[in-house]
Amino acid sequence: MTLNQQIITILMCVLGTMTTRFLPFLVFSSGKPTPAYIRYLGKALPSAVFGMLVVYCLKNVDPMTGSRGLPEMISVCFVVLLHRWKKKMLLSIAGGTICYMLLVQFVF
Amino acid sequence: MRMKAFRAAFPHTIPILAGFWFLGLTYGIYMNVKGFSFLYPMLMAMIIFGGSLEFVAADLLLGAFHPVQALLLALMIQARHLFYGIAMLDKYKNTGWKKFFLIYGMCDETFSINCTADIPADVDRPWFMLWVTWLDQLYWISGAGMGGIAGSFLKFNTKGLDFVMTAMFVEIFLNQWDKEKEHRTAIAGLGASVLCLAVFGKSDFMIPSMIVILVFLTLFRKTIEKKGGLSS
Repeated sequence: MTLNQQIITILMCVLGTMTTRFLPFLVFSSGKPTPAYIRYLGKALPSAVFGMLVVYCLKNVDPMTGSRGLPEMISVCFVVLLHRWKKKMLLSIAGGTICYMLLVQFVF
Repeated sequence: MRMKAFRAAFPHTIPILAGFWFLGLTYGIYMNVKGFSFLYPMLMAMIIFGGSLEFVAADLLLGAFHPVQALLLALMIQARHLFYGIAMLDKYKNTGWKKFFLIYGMCDETFSINCTADIPADVDRPWFMLWVTWLDQLYWISGAGMGGIAGSFLKFNTKGLDFVMTAMFVEIFLNQWDKEKEHRTAIAGLGASVLCLAVFGKSDFMIPSMIVILVFLTLFRKTIEKKGGLSS
């Protein structure tokens, strides 16, 4: 790939990304109040979307082969425990990640 | 006003600093291993600013030139931002010149902070949200750049480090969960995605998941509004 082709490829990634980021604002923010249905979605979506992103993160887990998703399951449970215990975001994230790294490097 | 907003915003971004430097370093190292100069991960971090797509873009750059495929892949991978935009319509309203930067830099993590943070009443909201956006973007760019430079020197076992993203989304999901009176929407998000993952497979399940979630939320709007599975 030439440098120009690389630049175009990267710009295509930018265009795709920015379309998804700017489109809602271009479609819905023409000075009018946001429709009630859209406001409802704005409130109802976040929980659902974060649920979806959790699944997205774990999409490569295969319960049938390898470590059968055990390191992931244990580490997610550990994050839940840390969250219930301290409710400190950094602690939960660091604890969960370290737990996972130890599991995949030394146990599984 | 600006500094007060900065002091309020910065603590919220510390977990992102940790996460983005880890992931950004990983991304920079990855690009280094693929033979790119550190300018590539840094510039891509700056102008694309979307982690998973940037990893994919590295492969695209090494393959045959196919701009349409690149655009479609970008749209597919980033489609979830449409949801973020809808969720932030009201919050980003009346932010003036800052709005462009708020939208341009709205990655998953920035969205999650700006969407859920309880901003004190005496702190300027637009500036708070802009600091969160800019700080997160700065963390990612610097992490990617450092990784690109240091890639050839670092020698430690980073296996499993990428779990940082999973841990973060689990933690955000739990925070969201605690804010609800009732968990219909949270469970719908998990359930729809698991179902679509089983049906469509891991490379094609995101768009169907989003459609199922939208349909569910639309069909059960009355119940959800009444019972209160809503974040504030």
